[in-house]
Amino acid sequence: MSVYLLRRLLQAVAVVFAMSLIVFVGVYAIGDPVEILISPDADQLERERAIAALGLDLPLWEQYFVFLARAMQGDLGRSFVFNEPALRLILQRMPATLELAFGATIMALIIGLPLGLYAGLRPHSPLSRAIMAGSILGFSLPTFWVGLMLIMVFAVQLGWLPSTGRGPTRELLGLQWSFLTWEGMRHMLMPAINLSLFKISLVIRLTRAGVRETILQDYVKFARAKGLRPARVVGVHVFKNILIPVVTVVGLELGSTIAFSVVTESVFAWPGMGKLIIDSINVLDRPVIVAYLMIIVLMFITINLVVDLTYSVLDPRVRLEAKGT
Amino acid sequence: MSGAASPTLEVRNLRTHFFTRAGVVKAVDDVSFTVPRGKVLGLVGESGSGKSVTGFSIIGLVDPPGRVVSGEILFQGRDLTRLSEEEMRDLRGNRIAMIFQDPMMTLNPVLRIDTQMIETVLAHARVSREEARQRARDALGMVGIPSPEERLHAYPHQFSGGMRQRVAIAIALLHRPDLIIADEPTTALDVTIQGQILAEVQKLSATTGTALIWITHDLSVVAGLADEIAVMYAGRIVERGPVAEVLDRPLHPYTVGLIGSVPSRNRRGEPLRQIPGMTPSLLNLPPGCAFRARCPRADEACRAEPPMRELLPGREARCFRPHLEAAAETAA
Amino acid sequence: MSDLALGRGAVPAAAAAPERVETPFRRFVSEFAESRLALLGLAVFALVALAAILAPWIAPQNPYDLAQLDILDGRMEPGTVGGAGFTYWLGTDDQGRDMLSGIMYGLRISLSVGAGSALIACLVGASLGLLAAYAGGRTDSLIMRLVDLQLSFPAILAALMILAFLGKGILNVVIALVLVEWAYYARTVRGTALVERRREYIEAAHCLALPTHRILFRHLLPNCLPPLIVVGTMQVARAIALEATLSFLGLGVPITEPSLGLLIANGYEYMLSGKYWISFYPGIALLITIVSINLVGDQLRDVLNPRLRK
Repeated sequence: MSVYLLRRLLQAVAVVFAMSLIVFVGVYAIGDPVEILISPDADQLERERAIAALGLDLPLWEQYFVFLARAMQGDLGRSFVFNEPALRLILQRMPATLELAFGATIMALIIGLPLGLYAGLRPHSPLSRAIMAGSILGFSLPTFWVGLMLIMVFAVQLGWLPSTGRGPTRELLGLQWSFLTWEGMRHMLMPAINLSLFKISLVIRLTRAGVRETILQDYVKFARAKGLRPARVVGVHVFKNILIPVVTVVGLELGSTIAFSVVTESVFAWPGMGKLIIDSINVLDRPVIVAYLMIIVLMFITINLVVDLTYSVLDPRVRLEAKGT
Repeated sequence: MSGAASPTLEVRNLRTHFFTRAGVVKAVDDVSFTVPRGKVLGLVGESGSGKSVTGFSIIGLVDPPGRVVSGEILFQGRDLTRLSEEEMRDLRGNRIAMIFQDPMMTLNPVLRIDTQMIETVLAHARVSREEARQRARDALGMVGIPSPEERLHAYPHQFSGGMRQRVAIAIALLHRPDLIIADEPTTALDVTIQGQILAEVQKLSATTGTALIWITHDLSVVAGLADEIAVMYAGRIVERGPVAEVLDRPLHPYTVGLIGSVPSRNRRGEPLRQIPGMTPSLLNLPPGCAFRARCPRADEACRAEPPMRELLPGREARCFRPHLEAAAETAA
Repeated sequence: MSDLALGRGAVPAAAAAPERVETPFRRFVSEFAESRLALLGLAVFALVALAAILAPWIAPQNPYDLAQLDILDGRMEPGTVGGAGFTYWLGTDDQGRDMLSGIMYGLRISLSVGAGSALIACLVGASLGLLAAYAGGRTDSLIMRLVDLQLSFPAILAALMILAFLGKGILNVVIALVLVEWAYYARTVRGTALVERRREYIEAAHCLALPTHRILFRHLLPNCLPPLIVVGTMQVARAIALEATLSFLGLGVPITEPSLGLLIANGYEYMLSGKYWISFYPGIALLITIVSINLVGDQLRDVLNPRLRK
């Protein structure tokens, strides 16, 4: 197990380096590094001083190591707009985004698993057909438009839920969270649903496919032949087997959920990293863009790692292979 | 329990049909047999002859589009076809147990052995978890699994095929059932392990009085194990009788063909005899004897449906042209 | 495999009924038509495409021509008659633009950006995929590493980054979409080509000493077409949705020639005051377009997937 863990960690570090190279090339080779890293308002003298200070007169490979060394110390540049370290800006907004993404993921599981289970167990019932048609819609609906429609119906027409913002937050572990207050939950509900729409469809489809496949397995029939109650056959024998692919995919999707929160945060004016990155792109605050990119890469790799480990806990066969190697 | 005279299982005119889009598949069509207490019935046939469906019909696990259309399945005098799903569930794994063909597939890969055994105990007995665990351990010991306490913590993939089948058998034995349906349980195993398992099952059946239906396509397995044999073809039992008599002197041409196609030491050097043609599709089976097209003895009479008749004492066959005249010749 | 099977299947059919020769194409058409939902999707998509193509001739107004817009007609409800004398069936936006015309013109942009980027991505991706499969070795692993990296990154994020570096504009949106999507085509073509490469007809072509490019494009590529068509269809829908999203975020097409996404974004602020139609109807148009393409794609996948064929 520890060998496996070590190997996965090494792989992760390798990918971080590869991505840092890509980001570096993206920023320094494709774009004009001066334009990206130095405020456009700076005059000629300031520019030259900055170029020297940033080491932009060095050969590219040396620049890369300088960039890498700074990045490792947590220095990813300063925002032109806020005149604050880009990393701090992003970390400040991260809890809001994470909260939203986790909320959406949990919602996708809470809604998607039962619906998928039902559609898998009763594939020919009208309700199952409706669920599957709904999941096609969930894949096709543009997220931002659904967000607008949710605001229109629940905030404007019915007035049940607040349309924008995060609402009052409360501190936990030194960070501000919405889900700890009732009002904050009310603010979070619509964005979370909006963000989870695609995942719900995904979970429904995965669960249904898993159920349809698992239910035909001999071990399910054997479980029935043992005289187990249907609830236990479905709840333990079928469910635990379909949980593996579903958890894997949903976990891997957490990264893309965080990425897609860009859209949802823009629609609902949710003060997270996604809103920040869109604003930064619109005013070309490129240090923030670079920092965001690196943070996202790190997040992705961490998520992949955690999913792999969870997978090995859920599926004993993987655990054995891991031990063997 | 009923007296020794009443059989553990009596199946009467069982019909199980599958209602597919292409038509009705009569997988089991008018099948009758009895299994007395402590006896072993060998249910023999090619794949697709309906022997597995017969087994699933008895235990009530025929999945849609299939269902038991008519007939009676009398288990200790109760007609299983009339029981509610809950009553049936209570019998399954408790009074009637089943062992499946492929031991690699019958145990849930993501659940530990103890989970899969204890849940079976708790499904039918109001005992503590510890008590259930004790029973699981004893059952594993009974089927010859060394250090059962340790093995309880293992996952199925940590066992070999033979060991897994022993676990499956241990699960089947947990409640000391009155009837075990074994659906080709040794087909996927090595010959040596097959022999061990056969010997153990036979011993268990004899000592506990459990009736056993052994479904197989392998005549040599049945020869050493069963008391009675029933040969199935295209959803019907075509011949039935005590195992030694049927194998020595088969009546139905299909049984003759089946025995002829088994390699044997006594007939070395001779070419193996094949049954010409293919198993007919159960969809749109033509009227009359289903074996007609492949039968060397078939004639006009076989266009009619042959009834099950007692041709010799204790021997029944579904044939108009049985091998009654010269038993010695056919065995040669 | 599928083609061989088709060829064999065609012979007895032709012998039995000479008047109706079953060509692979006919068989494809009849299998596709088995799903009424897919036919409906195809019909709806044809209508949408027609409306987009014919927009300059059938739209009541040219929404890009500011001279035709009457600011006094701004934010009119659906069904009101405007100053120019025709009815705004779907209402107007803040600049007095007829929403119906705006949607038809917006569809033109959305469809051409979607289809155009899918086509370019297909060319790029298919070529690289073919190359990877044919060259093998280092070339293959380099291309496939790039594919893996691209696919592990959410499309929206990659597109955002590319636009952040390149700036806004239709062309840059197309470039971003191509860069985001080429990997799907490359992976598909490589997978199929690897299977096809080992077949006899490729060996025969090698024996005839045909030039490499001829083997690649005349022999290998046609056999990779079915899966490519399936992926392509789905990717057009994805590209349209992504373009709309980028435009909604203000990173896509310029404000003077709004696509559907930008039309929806324009209506955002008015929706809070109950003027729903500015965002609502372009969204419906977008939804109908994407769903109809997806329905067609779903059925194409079932029909063209040799694994599902009995």
